[in-house]
Amino acid sequence: MTTVAAPPAPGVLSRLGSLARSRETGIFLAFALVVAATTVKNPQFLFSGDGWRDLLLTPAIVAVVAIGQAVVIITRSVDLSVGSIVGLTAYLVGSLFVAVPGFPIPLVFLVGIAFGSLLGLVNGALVAFGRVPAMVITLGTLYAYRGINVVWTGSNRINASDMPRDFLALGTQQVLTIPVITILAVAILAMVGWYMANTRGGREFYAIGSDPDAAELYGLAKTKRVLIAFVASGAASGLGGVLFAARYGTINSQVGDGFELQAIGAAVIGGVAIVGGSGTVLGAVFGAYLLLTINRALPVLGIPDFWQRAVVGALIIGAIILDRVLANRQAKRLMEDRSAA
Amino acid sequence: MDNSQAAPVLELKGVSKSFGAVVALRNADLALRAGSIHAVVGENGAGKSTLVKIMAGLYQRDTGTFEMDGAPVHFRTTAEAKDAGVAVIYQEPTLFPDLSVTENVFMGRQPVSRFGRIDKAAMRTEVVGLMERLGVRIDPGRPCEGLSIADQQIIEIAKAISLDARVLIMDEPTAALSGVEVDRLFAVARSLRDEGRALMFISHRFDEVFSLCDTVTVMRDGTYISTDAIADTSVAEIVRRMVGRDVNELFPKQAAEIGRPLLEVTGLTEPGVFSDISFTVRSGEIVALAGLVGAGRSEVARAVFGVDPYTTGSVVVDGKPLPRRKPSAAMKQGIALVPEDRRKQGLVIDATVASNITDAIRPTLTTFGLVTARRENAEAQIWARKLEVKTAALDAVAGTLSGGNQQKVVLAKWLAANPKVLIIDEPTRGIDVGTKSEVHRMMSELAGMGLAILMISSELPEVLGMADRVLVMHEGRITADIPRAEATPESVMFAATHDKEDVA
Repeated sequence: MTTVAAPPAPGVLSRLGSLARSRETGIFLAFALVVAATTVKNPQFLFSGDGWRDLLLTPAIVAVVAIGQAVVIITRSVDLSVGSIVGLTAYLVGSLFVAVPGFPIPLVFLVGIAFGSLLGLVNGALVAFGRVPAMVITLGTLYAYRGINVVWTGSNRINASDMPRDFLALGTQQVLTIPVITILAVAILAMVGWYMANTRGGREFYAIGSDPDAAELYGLAKTKRVLIAFVASGAASGLGGVLFAARYGTINSQVGDGFELQAIGAAVIGGVAIVGGSGTVLGAVFGAYLLLTINRALPVLGIPDFWQRAVVGALIIGAIILDRVLANRQAKRLMEDRSAA
Repeated sequence: MDNSQAAPVLELKGVSKSFGAVVALRNADLALRAGSIHAVVGENGAGKSTLVKIMAGLYQRDTGTFEMDGAPVHFRTTAEAKDAGVAVIYQEPTLFPDLSVTENVFMGRQPVSRFGRIDKAAMRTEVVGLMERLGVRIDPGRPCEGLSIADQQIIEIAKAISLDARVLIMDEPTAALSGVEVDRLFAVARSLRDEGRALMFISHRFDEVFSLCDTVTVMRDGTYISTDAIADTSVAEIVRRMVGRDVNELFPKQAAEIGRPLLEVTGLTEPGVFSDISFTVRSGEIVALAGLVGAGRSEVARAVFGVDPYTTGSVVVDGKPLPRRKPSAAMKQGIALVPEDRRKQGLVIDATVASNITDAIRPTLTTFGLVTARRENAEAQIWARKLEVKTAALDAVAGTLSGGNQQKVVLAKWLAANPKVLIIDEPTRGIDVGTKSEVHRMMSELAGMGLAILMISSELPEVLGMADRVLVMHEGRITADIPRAEATPESVMFAATHDKEDVA
């Protein structure tokens, strides 16, 4: 114990090593495998204009919602209301175009995000100040927001013809064959990912999720962080609603139904631990791409409808078991490291 | 170096703190000086932890003054205490298991550069330097998960140094450490003292207090007793001050005929928790298991009952060996366990008094597998009356009763099962003085009926007043077996704070 050799700073090699071992790489490889297998069966899946576009575009909206969801789960909460927020925002956007034809498109994005944030703020305030588990609160708002949506919409429906052509074009437009919505999702991923990894605020999300009691003793602003996480999730879902309107052009009262489970599933598959404290938003986005691509690939591979759902279920359970096994292995390795030192 | 002349860095005067009707701290005084290690000692519940939490900003004091460098301060949050230079190292370090050692040291105050970007390289460099200075090898990049308690404490200390804390409070830091780790911790503590920081050290181990500290403050029952220079005092003197109170205030045990052995425990060992525990409790006898919190007493009780595992050793009830890890077998063979946390483990808090009392014997009350309220009430009535449970009706919800009456319901539940051996953990914790003596009288009567009673208690008067024999545990071992006639506060306290070799 007298001579202490400072451990070497992480070099390029060890960085490559941890990249190869990381969960995100594993998920990405699984995604690549699914795409490869399906393309072998039907080359159109990848090597056609539509196939390529759908591959990138279809999971993009869930990916955006999953980014917000990941932030919430990392702080040891969960947001079940995201699907309802997507639906309510999408309908708001449609109604806005019906009421004010020619409403500026950039402003629509701002309104959608602000509205989503507001709904997220309601969730966050109830969780942070009410000290009620997020699972219960957001289960409540899932139904409450959807209820408002049903009352407001009724049997009404907003059609593509009600919305400006430029706005709908966003849903299908491509830049260098990459869909605009995908580019938007990647931009958000880069922003949030950078924030989570490199700023005090971002790291505090991880700290609070890792051990809320310790966070209290460290004097971290827990209430504020939880609030921000839910607002972020609401904002992402609000944006998801706007993108949904642009992409599909038809909005009824059931838009976004089931998004919450896809977003949570994506985060969990992508390595965001459901008990908080670990995982990345990049993993959640990869998870979304894997989940939705499998959904599209299974029919191509000729697997019956019933089994498609079972496969998705198996994937989620498998991801959680994998998490457990990896965590146990890591705990053991860390313990051994320590006794060897 | 005469530190007593220097102005204190941190000073508390006449500080009190109550929780509802319970006074946790009464009129406490404490002065920590730069370049000094100040010990605070006292029994469990003496108010040490409350004092620490007030200094850490977790609790707000009700009365008294709190000054740092002569200026009054008032910490509302832990962050404020930290900013003022007060760092606390708890017995169980509180770190973030998923985050790296470096992040743990800097969480909440990371150095940032442009755009709020955390300067990870600077953080790492500083942590490497800190670890070198503390003389330990811990990879700054590894997560805290899997680190030993000792290493986690080192990280807490690194944190304190890195925020340049002037006051470092260590709340029983050595409780979970091995000998080598304690030496390492003390070396670090001394070097911090020599840098001119003020340290406060809470410990139950007098050898540590006397080898490390220069000043000692004694507390008892939430009250400040005395402060002395270590050089001017002795272990005997401090023990006397820690326990010095009237022991005769309790209902004494009535003499009962001591019969055959009902509970024989031999060589019970669970590595890291307790080892080589052997004792016998006879019919009509009350044996107290004394010792400090964390000595492993409740763990032994739970292992005997079969809730917790043990690797070697045997438990024999009334001549018949008891299988391990089978509470149902233990109950069948006549052991009853009244747990420490009665609200959580002893009662179904939302169920009625009657259904709680009949919990342990429900299978015997069934007709074709169904339980009728009438039979349940009839059986519950017998025991509720015997124990004088004060409740409006048997269908009152258990959670609405007072602590003492809840304890009676738990007792009634087990007595209905007609046990031979009663293990009772902290029988009167949280019970008011009046009901306390009732519980004591009941225990005494039960012994008179021929039960063997093993009582775990942290309250010395209770131990000395009730027990025929006192077994004392220290760090997972039984260090003394003292018959009633020889049991004094001093002898029990000494055994509770020393290793077996010292006691023998």
